Amino acid sequence: MSHATRIDRLRSYPGFGPLTIICLTFLYAPLLVVSVYSFNATRSITEWGGFSFDWYVRAFNNPTIRDAAGNSLFVAVCAATLATTLATMAAISLLRGPPLKGQTGAVSLVSLPLMVPEIITAIASLIFFVTIGVPLGFVSLIAAHTVFCIPFAYLPISARLSGIEATLDEAAGDLYASRADVIRTILIPLMMPGIASGFCLAFIVSLDDFIIANFVSGPGSTTLPVAIYGLARIGFTPEINAVATLMLAVSILFVGLSWFLGRKTTQIN
Amino acid sequence: MQDAAAVAQRSYRVGEARSRRVMLSPALTVLVVGLVCPLIIVLVYSFLEAGTYGGVEWRFSLEAYQQFLFQRDIFDDSLSFSTAYLEIFGRSLFMAVLATAVCLAIGFPTAYFIATRPPEQRMFWVFLITVPYWVNLLIRTLALLFIIRDQGPINAALQGLDMIDAPLRIAYTDFAIVLGLAYSYLPFMILPIYAALERSDTRLVEAAYDLYASKARVLVDVVIPGAKAGIIAGAILVFIPSIGSYLAPDILGGGRELLAGNLIAQQFQASRNWPFGAACAVILMTVVMLGLIQFVRSQERTRRGEMR
Repeated sequence: MSHATRIDRLRSYPGFGPLTIICLTFLYAPLLVVSVYSFNATRSITEWGGFSFDWYVRAFNNPTIRDAAGNSLFVAVCAATLATTLATMAAISLLRGPPLKGQTGAVSLVSLPLMVPEIITAIASLIFFVTIGVPLGFVSLIAAHTVFCIPFAYLPISARLSGIEATLDEAAGDLYASRADVIRTILIPLMMPGIASGFCLAFIVSLDDFIIANFVSGPGSTTLPVAIYGLARIGFTPEINAVATLMLAVSILFVGLSWFLGRKTTQIN
Repeated sequence: MQDAAAVAQRSYRVGEARSRRVMLSPALTVLVVGLVCPLIIVLVYSFLEAGTYGGVEWRFSLEAYQQFLFQRDIFDDSLSFSTAYLEIFGRSLFMAVLATAVCLAIGFPTAYFIATRPPEQRMFWVFLITVPYWVNLLIRTLALLFIIRDQGPINAALQGLDMIDAPLRIAYTDFAIVLGLAYSYLPFMILPIYAALERSDTRLVEAAYDLYASKARVLVDVVIPGAKAGIIAGAILVFIPSIGSYLAPDILGGGRELLAGNLIAQQFQASRNWPFGAACAVILMTVVMLGLIQFVRSQERTRRGEMR
């Protein structure tokens, strides 16, 4: 089926184009406005007073924001690394070979964190840590984020793995490579773009999470979103706009990276 | 020859099954310990008594569920039916449905528009739709508040154009909450509809045109039924996070009127009534589960339909 005929078949309707523009404006305008105002020279968040980097300098010099940013990065790196490792192992065992006993159950368990409303995950984690006696802090936060990040890491990794021909590992098996050898020397290197893409997504999900962190972080392990929420409660400042813009840039950078790596995946196939 | 190979293959795989299970177990253990157990504990806690200073007393009680439906009189300890909490859940349900409808109204045309772009452009459009989802939800919600505030750019522009005298009150209203929910989860609606449209059998569209169907008829009778699975998937993906949402009502609604998510959060913050919070969470989870079961059923029905 050629592409030209497909377009002819699905004809366009009047108004769908403009609605798409409205949709994109709706999605992007608030973010653009906040970014623009973060460069505003005056303290006013309503009037434009010229271009300046002042609010970024102030945000960097604010110890609350700096500490929280450090915490967020630390938690995100740990949680994303753990989640990616677990997801990679799970993907290889679930997708290579015939379905295991309880395969469907295992697959739904991996996607369970996506099905539970975040507020329930948050309070369930809180109750759990309090009940088993784990003090709220980095340990509880990293554990909760690891669980929550697994499906996000799993999706791109499993997509990549299903694109790798099974004949490759079968051939290696025929040549007496052990399963461990096959995984180490064939699967992992070929899966690398998917693994990197999964890591990026898990990293952003952890970095972006507010609700879970709000409940399971302790006094010394406040993450950036929790700190921003606290600041925004007091009132809007251009400083918040500056931090928000920086976080926006980091998110877009990582999604872009993940998308780019994922695109390489489809090109190889 | 072939049989021998098949037997060898099978025995190779049987030995493999054990090592595969070993490799799978860490992820499953983490998920069971880190999510399934906590959810079970929530269920258990919902049947316990509230501790005086927060936490729980380990005594079985239906008090939490009773509190959801009845109000206890502080003087004579009698119970009277109260709809206060039911109303909160009802309002959450209503707003989640409204947000889903708004997302569908904007999302379907957008998904259709993307599906009709030349194939090499489509990935870029999909990327544009995906990016906002990955931006911190707190920041997106604050950004939306920033522009709809009384002194925000929208009101400033409208006043500058002399279209209104006093600022339009958008922030801290129910409308703002629905707007916020739609804004948060719109990409969830667009992506599955787009996927369904791209997969749909366009020969049917052609056949309908050949039989002199109008464009509107084709849309209603061919395109939309063909994308039904995607529409249902999108609706569920918007509805589930909307009904349990915490940030949109908290920030855009000004936290004045509670929704289910905030009611639950409150029980673990200021109110310190863990069993009641747990019971509300169980009730919310039940609503979500019903939605999910519906979703799985409809997916199965379409799959069966496709096979026929």
